[in-house]
Amino acid sequence: MDIPYTVQTRPDTGIYNAKVGVWLFLASEVMLFGALFSSYILLRVGAATGTWPHGLLNIPIGTFNTAVLITSSVTVVLSWASLKLGNFGRYKLYQAITLLCALGFLGIKSYEYREKFSHYEVWLKTPVIVKHGTEEIKVDRLLGHIEHDGHHPFFWTTQTLTDKKVASFKLLPDPVHYTMTSKEMAHARAEAAGKPHEEIEIKSADVKRLSAFVPGHSTYFAVYFTLTALHALHVLCGAAVIFYIWGPGAKMWQTDPERYINRVEISGLFWHFVDLVWIFLFPVLYLL
Amino acid sequence: MQATTHTAPHVGDHKPHHEEPGFWSKYIFSTDHKIIGIQYGVTALAFLLFGFCLMLCMRWQIAHPNQVVPLVGPLLDKFLEDGKGGIMTANLYNSFGAMHGTIMVFLAIVPLAFAAFGNYVVPLQIGAPDMAFPRVNMASYQFYVLGGIVMFVSFFIPGGAAQAGWTSYSPLATSIATHGQAFWLIGMVCLINSSLLGAVNFIATIIQLRAPGMTWMRLPFFVWAQFVTAFLLLLAFPPLEAAGVMQLADNLLGTSFFLPTGLAVGGKLADISGGGSPLLWQHLFWFLGHPEVYVLILPGMGIVAEVIANNTRKPLWGYKSLVYSVLAIGFLSFIVWAHHMYLTGMGTKISAFFQTTTMIISIPSVIILTCLFISLWGGSIRFNTPMLFALAFLPMFGIGGLTGLPLGFAAADLHLHDTYYVIAHFHYVVAPGTIFALFAGIYYWFPKMTGRMMNEFWGKVHFWGSFIFMNVVFQPMFFQGMQGMIRRMADGGLNYTSALHPETIGGLSQTMMSLHTVILWGAVGLGLCQIPFIINVFASMKSGRKITSDNPWNATTLEWQTPTPPPHGNFEHAPTIHRDPYDYSVPGAAQDFTPQNQAKP
Ligand code: HEM
Ligand SMILES: [Cu+2]
Repeated sequence: MDIPYTVQTRPDTGIYNAKVGVWLFLASEVMLFGALFSSYILLRVGAATGTWPHGLLNIPIGTFNTAVLITSSVTVVLSWASLKLGNFGRYKLYQAITLLCALGFLGIKSYEYREKFSHYEVWLKTPVIVKHGTEEIKVDRLLGHIEHDGHHPFFWTTQTLTDKKVASFKLLPDPVHYTMTSKEMAHARAEAAGKPHEEIEIKSADVKRLSAFVPGHSTYFAVYFTLTALHALHVLCGAAVIFYIWGPGAKMWQTDPERYINRVEISGLFWHFVDLVWIFLFPVLYLL
Repeated sequence: MQATTHTAPHVGDHKPHHEEPGFWSKYIFSTDHKIIGIQYGVTALAFLLFGFCLMLCMRWQIAHPNQVVPLVGPLLDKFLEDGKGGIMTANLYNSFGAMHGTIMVFLAIVPLAFAAFGNYVVPLQIGAPDMAFPRVNMASYQFYVLGGIVMFVSFFIPGGAAQAGWTSYSPLATSIATHGQAFWLIGMVCLINSSLLGAVNFIATIIQLRAPGMTWMRLPFFVWAQFVTAFLLLLAFPPLEAAGVMQLADNLLGTSFFLPTGLAVGGKLADISGGGSPLLWQHLFWFLGHPEVYVLILPGMGIVAEVIANNTRKPLWGYKSLVYSVLAIGFLSFIVWAHHMYLTGMGTKISAFFQTTTMIISIPSVIILTCLFISLWGGSIRFNTPMLFALAFLPMFGIGGLTGLPLGFAAADLHLHDTYYVIAHFHYVVAPGTIFALFAGIYYWFPKMTGRMMNEFWGKVHFWGSFIFMNVVFQPMFFQGMQGMIRRMADGGLNYTSALHPETIGGLSQTMMSLHTVILWGAVGLGLCQIPFIINVFASMKSGRKITSDNPWNATTLEWQTPTPPPHGNFEHAPTIHRDPYDYSVPGAAQDFTPQNQAKP
């Protein structure tokens, strides 16, 4: 006896097996990401005032990436529809665009990650004076890039300063800090635009804590990296499946076209879910 | 052809439709639901025994603190870093405790109750040729084995296995500087993936592969129980997976998801960002944790229902109430989790809410138990081994469930939380409860799997021994707990240590202290009583009484209307279902049972 309803829909439920499977799987995925979103809310609500970073992500790039992913969602539908109409060539083309979008998304995301890994926050034991437009102000928490021995190091922590016996390092401070409101940030950015950076020399002995924008920096970045990395993993897996069906698995179009269309549909459902997650992630992490 | 006419010549001589697969693809990388069920069963039973042995070592420590553990002492000394001298050191006690819980819940009971029995029985009972996704099924088992290996290996790494309890509360789980916790988390992620794949498969199978005529209200209760269980796993496990990933990040990447600001470890301020929430871990853990306890019990209830219907020769009383109750439990079990957290200071309003939902969820549980009890009324009961275990399940689960009510009231829980009372409560539900149900299932379905009966005499020895010693072990814990014996402490906790020094006040009474020895020897007795069972399984496989019919218990459900053991693809002819699952003693019928696939006259 063969397993029934692998291709045909079952009359009383109106659905074929794999589709039930993927919907159930997506339900569990909703719970997975739901738990992470809930954690985000709980951590954010519980954070002490002035400690929850905002405005540190690159919104234009994020917006662009959102557009890339939405495009891929459209092409996934178009490719499935083309296949339904029997136009295999069109399907191949649209799905190729989907795959390119997926790769593009991951590439851009890696670039963003890389940016973060060499961007630092320094907590100082005693405040220093920095130029802020025309006035000078005292601050004990600075954001910026580090220069040491002509390099811009990645992943440094407080511990690195001792381990590498760094006596002092240069900091190219950002004009803003997340303790400012969004308005103040915009103002400070506008004022600092075009002016050369004023480097500060910081002695390691004065550093209370040093962290790149890595998961350990704050609960904000912890959530950011966990959510986006998990999402990226989903993009990667989804793209791998779509690629398999598109490339090596495409022989099935000749032998069992109905089943092949089902496969494309299933992978498309998953892909839409992955996009949907990003539609939530983007405003929550970048804009709020 | 009428299924019940299969007789001896059919048994075992069935030729598979396809060509004979090789050893590896037949037994190791099988996609056949029956083989996978048996694989799950064997592996899970091995873990059950292993988890039990861990507990024996711990009971020795409580009864005879810091004395060399008999028999296994040299092994502890030789293989485990913390077991030097063959003594249960505090670290070893902690990891054995954590791993006992983890292994019993995630590697023994759930795989046995849900995956093993579910895999073997559900497709047969709904008249399906296999699970909906056979290869996913195989992957599920492989993830389970992988998770098991990771957990097992963690005993032997430097620093030993996880020590923060099966609940792995942060910040404790992150402050312990060994790698056991990382292994635990990675193992858990494997096990969770395994469960998710299994859950998807079960639900899809039950929705899609029911044979023609097998309407929802004709499903055997066991299938309903597995259906709800699968939903619990599907929806409750992902949050724990998320939490596991976050705790892993806390341990390995230095994040602070669950670590509060100002956390000091070993008197030194930890070099972390802080800002995390230990309560968040507890919420995520118990969001799984409570549904998980129903994952542990519902399949057991399903098995008991099957065995009772079969051996009372009567339809189950209140089939519909059973179904609706199990569905109600499914929904409600998602909104009671914080009754495990009354003492965390989460607030009285929240406590009041969860106290209310907890009381509400006990209603469907009681309905199920009541239906099963009433099902016995007026039946001509066959007291065979599976039935004895099923009958014992009822009062044992009753004790476990009723003692849960005081725990559900925040006021009473203040006193009882984290004492041996809680240990006794949930062990009554899972040990003489679920495990007895699982034994019932093994004795009941063994003939279908092997074509031979298990020995009744040794089965009864196994039953009576287990029944007595289970109670010897767990009954005293209620009293110890009420006197304030704290759980989880390698030194027994304050009231225990005080009792060792008669000049201090507030210790446990001498009676309570002497019960530790009773419990120890009760546990040893319980272990010895499993020897007849183990021998019985292997001996009966080889030389048990051959069954002369495919339906030795004269049962109505479909799994008995197949050849024995069922071939690949299960049924010789696709069955059609004509009637309710428990048509026993139908007036006017030729026999006292009418199989589900027998057409109406
Ligand atoms: C039917 C009504 C039940 C009620 C009202 C109930 C209530 C509770 C409560 C309030 C606790 C927390 C006690 C504390 O930590 O202070 C608890 C613990 C526990 N219950 Fe139940 N329970 C019920 C049924 C079950 C069932 C059916 C199972 C499992 C098969 C179960 C397994 C557990 C476990 C494993 C724990 C301990 C978890 C731990 O802290 O390690 N309970 N129960
Ligand atoms: Cu609970």
